[in-house]
This record gives sequence, structure tokens and C-alpha cells, in this order.
Amino acid sequence: MADRERRMAPPFGGVFVPRAEVMDRDDVHRALRRIAHEIVERNQGVDRLAVIGLQTGGAPLARDLASAIGEVDDSSLDVGTLDVALYRDDIGLRPVVAEEVTDIPVDLTDRVVVLVDDVLFTGRTIRAALDALTDFGRPRSVQLAVMIDRGHRELPIRPDYVGKNLPTRRDEVVDVTIDGVHLGEMRK
Amino acid sequence: MTNLLSVADLGADGIEDMLRLTDTFVEVSRRQIPRVPALRGKTVAWLFFEDSTRTRLSFEAAARRLSADTMNFSVSSSSVNKGESVRDTVQTIEAMGVDCVVVRHRSAGVPWQIATWADAHVVNAGDGWHEHPTQALLDCYTLREALGSVEGRRIAIVGDVKHSRVARSDVLAFTLLGAEVTLVAPPTLLPPSLEGWPVTVSNDLDAVLPEVDVVYLLRMQRERMHEALVPSLREYTAQYGLTRRRVAALDDAAIVMHPGPMNRGVEIDAEVADLPRSVVVDQVRNGVAVRMAVLFKLLGSGTALTEEVADG
Repeated sequence: MADRERRMAPPFGGVFVPRAEVMDRDDVHRALRRIAHEIVERNQGVDRLAVIGLQTGGAPLARDLASAIGEVDDSSLDVGTLDVALYRDDIGLRPVVAEEVTDIPVDLTDRVVVLVDDVLFTGRTIRAALDALTDFGRPRSVQLAVMIDRGHRELPIRPDYVGKNLPTRRDEVVDVTIDGVHLGEMRK
Repeated sequence: MTNLLSVADLGADGIEDMLRLTDTFVEVSRRQIPRVPALRGKTVAWLFFEDSTRTRLSFEAAARRLSADTMNFSVSSSSVNKGESVRDTVQTIEAMGVDCVVVRHRSAGVPWQIATWADAHVVNAGDGWHEHPTQALLDCYTLREALGSVEGRRIAIVGDVKHSRVARSDVLAFTLLGAEVTLVAPPTLLPPSLEGWPVTVSNDLDAVLPEVDVVYLLRMQRERMHEALVPSLREYTAQYGLTRRRVAALDDAAIVMHPGPMNRGVEIDAEVADLPRSVVVDQVRNGVAVRMAVLFKLLGSGTALTEEVADG
């Protein structure tokens, strides 16, 4: 969970208190390499592939995933970032925070887009991301890669590539960075 | 934030926040499809008791790019001409279900008065000679875009300060962000008292020009001739117009700003307005993004999700 999501998680202004380390740095990198192989296998190469990280937690993962894919198949790859804040369905329900960069370097029409996020939870972020993508072209297909699938889906959305399935309680918080994954909670 | 009436309400931090938020909407405006669904289902009403084309169009573009619905209430075709009071007008418009009213009025303070009556958010789009906060925000944004920062910059605001709401809001915003402002105008076009204004004053444009990073020209309204505040437009241009000769005295990196509409040949020479250092067109372009940020900040925030997990 990145800084911004942390600020949005209740109780507001709380701090993340980790309880258990779920994956360490090496686990994260092994998972990224495995996902890279799966992506290349599924798409029979990386032709017309674009890797888009969702701000804020997915952006660094997308960069690392793209370089991992580059090691598997050394053709060049388009990497971008997407902020879905303006497409969310809870606008008007929570505070406005400054947005992050949306940088999609290519027209996505007829591309295979791999969306990358740190944690898949309710699925609402991905719903918003699918909406946002249509403003950048009409991809041939969209696939979803997440480091952690923690369940509790509220929409019919499933990931194509998963680092780790992690059963959680709703009130728990999952913190993903390049250096590891922690399960814990927010405390005032 | 429930209303945007004055830049003073925002404070330095609030202005910085709005400028950061504006970055997002500048990016949105550059897209192939410059439209996001952020304010779907919200309605914004224009309550313009005074003619305005540019500001209204800019707000209109901002609302549409956020997918908000708009209602236009213009005075010439409305019941104000039939003697309806401002309060009744506001009540009527609110009853139709609006989330935000954008107000322009020729009298100072009207947006404040409306804010006390209305449940909807109120944005001041210019009240009399008093304030024009979205103009100040877009000026700060444009200045920062051109020069990197507002803090520490030396800014000359030249022209009819007395009758200018742009000047009042800009002085507030620029100085809040740490700039040094010099007002340059004939005494007849300065307010009767400048007590409490954190500015210096000069009547000599030529002495000021080499010292500044920004020349902000105000529109010289022809109506002022009739009030005999300046002897003639030519006289004004000779002393306070940014002519080609005067531009040469500016620092190489200095920029020229103008809120529009420009009187080419009066406060600014025709060629000067088209120089690369003139950022007038950027001001207009950024105006839409700034107003998107203002509308989104007002209409897009809430606190109801505090008890739910907001991740995912």
C-alpha cells in the first residue's frame, strides 16, 4: 500500500502497524519474475504489449515487472502509469487528495495492456482503471497482474497473474513495496 | 473547502494544494479525449449578473471536461430584468437542484452574501473591483510554469489597479506565495489608500522594468477616459504602455502577463503581445485546468467513507 492509500485508509491519520511479514524482498522479486514468464507465455511474446502501473502502489511494480519481462524476452516494452482517481465511484464520498501522474506514452488501440497493481481487494480501482483506459484507445485485450489478491471482491473482476493469494479480514491492511509484503492494521 | 470566494481564504498552503491539483487537470486537458467522469451527475450553474464571455467559457469548458452538467443564467434574458432580487434568483436556481453556483456580479461582496443563503457551493468569478480568485490561481500556476516558482519573484502590476479585481486577487496570491509586488500606475488609477497592502508603489515604469521577473499588464478600460482619470490613451501608452522599446529593458528571462482581453496598442504593443516571453495564451489554457481543479475540489470531496476501508 502506497502513501496515498495509507492516508485514505481509516482511521485517517493513523499509522500502519505491521503484524507479519508475508513476503520478503526476494519473494517479491521471484514472484515478479514468475509473472513475467507467465505474461510472455500467455501472449506468445511481448509484441504490442504495454505495461501500465496503477498509481500509486502499482507504478514501481510495473517498472520492475517490465524490466523482468525484458530479461525474459528482450524486445522493447512500453511502460506507463495511470491514476484512476478521477474515474472512481466514490468521488464525493471522501476527501480530495492531490493526484499522481498519468503517463501513457502510446495510443493503446490494438495493444495488449497489462494493468499492474499492488493489492487487489474490492475490485473498484480496477473497474475505474478499465473505464480510464477507454479514454486512451481501444486495447485488443486487458490483463491484470497484482502482487497480492486479498479477496473481498465487490465486483466481478479477477486477476490474470497473482504474486500471492492472501486471505485477510476486511479491516486488515496489506502493505506492498518492492522490499516486501506486510500484513497489519492502521492504528491511531 | 465549501466555497471559493477569496484567495485569502485559501492561504499559502491552500493555493499550493490547488496548484498541485491543477497539474492533474493540465494532463487531462492534453489527452486525446480531454474528459473524465469525475463530476458526473453534478450540476453547476452560472449566475452571471455582469457580462463575461471569457471567464464563463473557461468555466464551461472546465465543467464539461469533468462531465458535470451546466445551467446558464444570464442576466439579459432573465427575470432580473423584471425586478427579481438576487436572493429570489438564487433560491429559484437552488430549487432546480444545483450543486455549485459560479457568481459574477458588478458589486463587491455579492458572492459572500449568496454563500450565506445557498446550500450549494459558491465560486466567486469576479465581484466588482474586489476579487477574482480563479484568475489569481491561474496566474500563479502560469507564473510557476514559466519561471519555476512564485517565491522570491519580483512582479510589477501595471495599469488600472484601482478598478481591477484581478490586481487585488493577484496581489493577495502573489504575496502569500512569497513574491515581491510593485504596483505601477498613475496616482489617479491607484486605490485611495494602500494601507495594509504588502506592496511597493511606483509611477515610473522605466525605472521598474529592469528590476522585475514579471510584468503583469492590466487592461486599460476606455471608459476611464470619460472619467478623466488619464488625459488620453496615447498619453497613457507613452507613460505606462509596454512598448517595444520598453521590452528591451527587461531581463532576458522576464515574462509578460495579461488577464485579457488585451488592448493592443494601448497597454501593450501589438508585437509585444506575440513575443515568446508573453504567456497570455498559456494563462488562458491554464485557466481551464485551474477551474477544473476548483470545481473538483469543491464538488468531489467528502468524508463519508471514513469508516470503510478505502483501499483496493
